Amino acid sequence: MIPLSAYTAVSAVLFTTGLLGVLVRRNFIIVLMSVEMMLNAANINLVAFSHYLESMSGQLVALFVIAIAAGEAAVGLAIIIVVFRGKISTNVDEMNLLKW
Amino acid sequence: MVLVFFAYFALVSIAAGVLVVALRHPVHCALALLALLLHVSGLFILLNAEFLWAVQVIVYVGAILVLYLFVLMLMNLKTDERYFHSSALYFVGPAVLGAMYVLYLILQSPFDGAKGTAPPNVVLQDGDTYAVGIKMFSDHILQFEIVGIFLLGAIIGAIVLAKAPKVLDPEKERS
Repeated sequence: MIPLSAYTAVSAVLFTTGLLGVLVRRNFIIVLMSVEMMLNAANINLVAFSHYLESMSGQLVALFVIAIAAGEAAVGLAIIIVVFRGKISTNVDEMNLLKW
Repeated sequence: MVLVFFAYFALVSIAAGVLVVALRHPVHCALALLALLLHVSGLFILLNAEFLWAVQVIVYVGAILVLYLFVLMLMNLKTDERYFHSSALYFVGPAVLGAMYVLYLILQSPFDGAKGTAPPNVVLQDGDTYAVGIKMFSDHILQFEIVGIFLLGAIIGAIVLAKAPKVLDPEKERS
């Protein structure tokens, strides 16, 4: 029997790695991938607690998180295409057109 | 046996996560993300969540990741430079130590709590999909509808954003 804390530990490591990716990487697409990784880490936590606390709600929230991730990916990639079409690179440091 | 599978899925997903952050070429990062998502879905199987496993494989690997790869191919990116100043080690070192301590605390914690109404034998009797469906269409029907509206809004937003802008014709503008 695997303890619940093992799953939460995996989730914590994945979340931290994703956070590091968001902070270190400068390519917009890889930043979005790191965000997906963090959402997945949250999903592991939700499903693990759902299993060990014998409640179904965690899996439902995980499903909703997957739906939100799909919407986020679609809109984020559309924004990337628009920015790239304007001949701005995908470097997040150079996207400062809306900065006040 | 379960322990072996858990160790495999956990270690490979962590390694793939590190590769997503560490690799230079964006397509390689996307492929590492593919490995990560597949192994996380393996963890779902170990937790008796077959429906989420299927959703993870179909939606994440089948739809979202293909979208990412499609955009990467469209933009034909080569490599990107990373900015990591050596002075950042002054912050990263303590952060790593703190994260290790938090990880140690998590591993020690028993995480006990009040049990819900879906013990594994009840869930396994009719299958996970049945349990998820009953719960979703009874208690969480409003959230389900909200997610539907949200996805519609996301589709419309993506189409409006990515549409090619019309070239303004000065002749037509004047007349």
